[in-house]
Amino acid sequence: MAGYIVRRVLQAIPVLLGTTFLIYFMVFAMPGDPIVALFGDKTPPPQVIEALRERYHLDQPFIVQYFIFLGNIFRGDLGVSFSGQPVSEVLASTFPVTLRLAALAIFFEMVAGITVGLISGLRKGGIFDASALVVSLILISLPIFVVAFVAQYIFGIQLGWFRTTVGIGAPMQDLILPALVLATISFAQISRLTRASVIDTEGQDFVRTAASKGLSRNRIVPVHILRNSLIPVVTYLAVDFGTLMVGATVTEGIFNVPGVGRTLYQAIIRGEGPTVVAFVTVMVLIYLVVNLLVDLLYAVLDPRIRYAK
Amino acid sequence: MPSNITRPDQQHYVAPIEETPVVAIDAVKTEGKPSNLWIDAWNDVRKRPMFWISSALIVLVVVVALFPGLFTQVPPNNDCQLANSNGGPTDGHPLGFTKQGCDIYSRIIHGTATSLSVGIIVTTLVFVLGIVFGSFAGFYGGWLDSVLSRLGDIFFSIPYILAAVVIMSVFSQYANVWVISLAIGIFAWPATARVLRAEILRVKNSDFVMASTALGVSRFRILLRHVLPNSIAPVIVITTISLAAAIVAEATLSFLGVGLPSNIMSWGNDISAAQSDLRTAPQVLILPSIALSVTVLSFILLGEVIRDALDPKARAQR
Repeated sequence: MAGYIVRRVLQAIPVLLGTTFLIYFMVFAMPGDPIVALFGDKTPPPQVIEALRERYHLDQPFIVQYFIFLGNIFRGDLGVSFSGQPVSEVLASTFPVTLRLAALAIFFEMVAGITVGLISGLRKGGIFDASALVVSLILISLPIFVVAFVAQYIFGIQLGWFRTTVGIGAPMQDLILPALVLATISFAQISRLTRASVIDTEGQDFVRTAASKGLSRNRIVPVHILRNSLIPVVTYLAVDFGTLMVGATVTEGIFNVPGVGRTLYQAIIRGEGPTVVAFVTVMVLIYLVVNLLVDLLYAVLDPRIRYAK
Repeated sequence: MPSNITRPDQQHYVAPIEETPVVAIDAVKTEGKPSNLWIDAWNDVRKRPMFWISSALIVLVVVVALFPGLFTQVPPNNDCQLANSNGGPTDGHPLGFTKQGCDIYSRIIHGTATSLSVGIIVTTLVFVLGIVFGSFAGFYGGWLDSVLSRLGDIFFSIPYILAAVVIMSVFSQYANVWVISLAIGIFAWPATARVLRAEILRVKNSDFVMASTALGVSRFRILLRHVLPNSIAPVIVITTISLAAAIVAEATLSFLGVGLPSNIMSWGNDISAAQSDLRTAPQVLILPSIALSVTVLSFILLGEVIRDALDPKARAQR
């Protein structure tokens, strides 16, 4: 197990370096003057260009610039947003909100997805299965912002069940609607994954053995089928995390949730290039770490992974 | 020598095949064309109503994109009257007007080409990059595999919409259909490459590959003529679905404000522009959303049908 962890962490290092390099390359090393590009249509005065050039170490060779950037990221120095606040401070104040939103969304999608997937899988080909398939295909096809607006219009404006925008401090009851919207993206994937996995597991020998031992269905389903079907669902969480981050950017923007996503959304709208880059870099780093953790968790759950070479 | 031994090297009596029960077990249809994965898949697919419904919708979308003039005579951009702002349907304007007083129906019709071209360009890019990276990594293995796979990991670990956000906010002044497609496609290919690599690893140890090697066929030719055609099925499935994903990605980027400039007709832009009036004029937002969702749904459905037909595992779970 220790060997596996070490190997997996070592494998993550080149990917980590590569991704940060790529983001850096995309923004600061493209043809054309990046400083001028940062200003869009406006032409900044030469003094500003000079100051920025020095601030971003553009007088240094490219590879030196990259390592300065990397060093700053790891020291937690993400630069300063246009409003003058350090990006790391903005991140620290917005991150807990997004974490709560994401946790709530994961809770909703897991409970609903696994339940629906289990029932569809056990009654393959039934009416429930067919309608679940139709609903999940429609949900997959609806872009997240469409779901968000429709939910906001129906539940917020027409029915008045929820507030359309999140209040100060982001109380939990205001987060329910955005979390439900966020959960719809992955609900379809999770329910279908669970369904496929349940069907697979149900055909396994150990399930037949359990049945022939005379175990009741009420014991076979949760203990033998469900538990063994959840391994692929757990790994899906890693992929899901990326979806959630993109989804959160849109959802938080629409519902005005004061989280990382909305801050990124506003930075994009205002064209704050450096802030956008800092946020995306941090998100990618978090994504990589989560993926690593899920891989390790997977190895704990499934011994075959850990012992395979 | 008994009379029923027919060949000189034959030592035992062998009954003619039609006299043995083996014929029933071994019965192989020899008349007609031999069946293969693609013929089987086609026979499966054409019996399913879902295939015809989704194909019909896709054909409709393509026709609308190619010949918008067949569906509407109203210009989408000029001829907008602010007096009609967020107005309901009137004669000749069946879906009403946007905030700027433009005809919604006409804008939906003319926005089709944008979504579809982004989808097609991204998918082509993903398909080509995925095949090159995936097949070289899977087939040649060794250091080439390590390099290409790690490279794929790097691109894979940045969620592609976030990457596109960065690219598009840097190149905002150059934004057009090609730039946005490149921005999406350049980070979307690793999934395809991974699928193909795994499939090639499975196929390349088959007997027919060994037979070709023994016949002296060159490695590259084996890859091209034998391995790739036998590993392409899962790639076809993922490609159909990635077309849908690309259309959503464009709309999302346009919605976020880093997509296409407002002078290019795009459903994402129209949805984005309508969001401030959701309370008073929801139809302005809902109508292009429906167009977007139906288009995406038809590609997803087609992908589902093809997956069911090509993937025996999916078929068993039906």
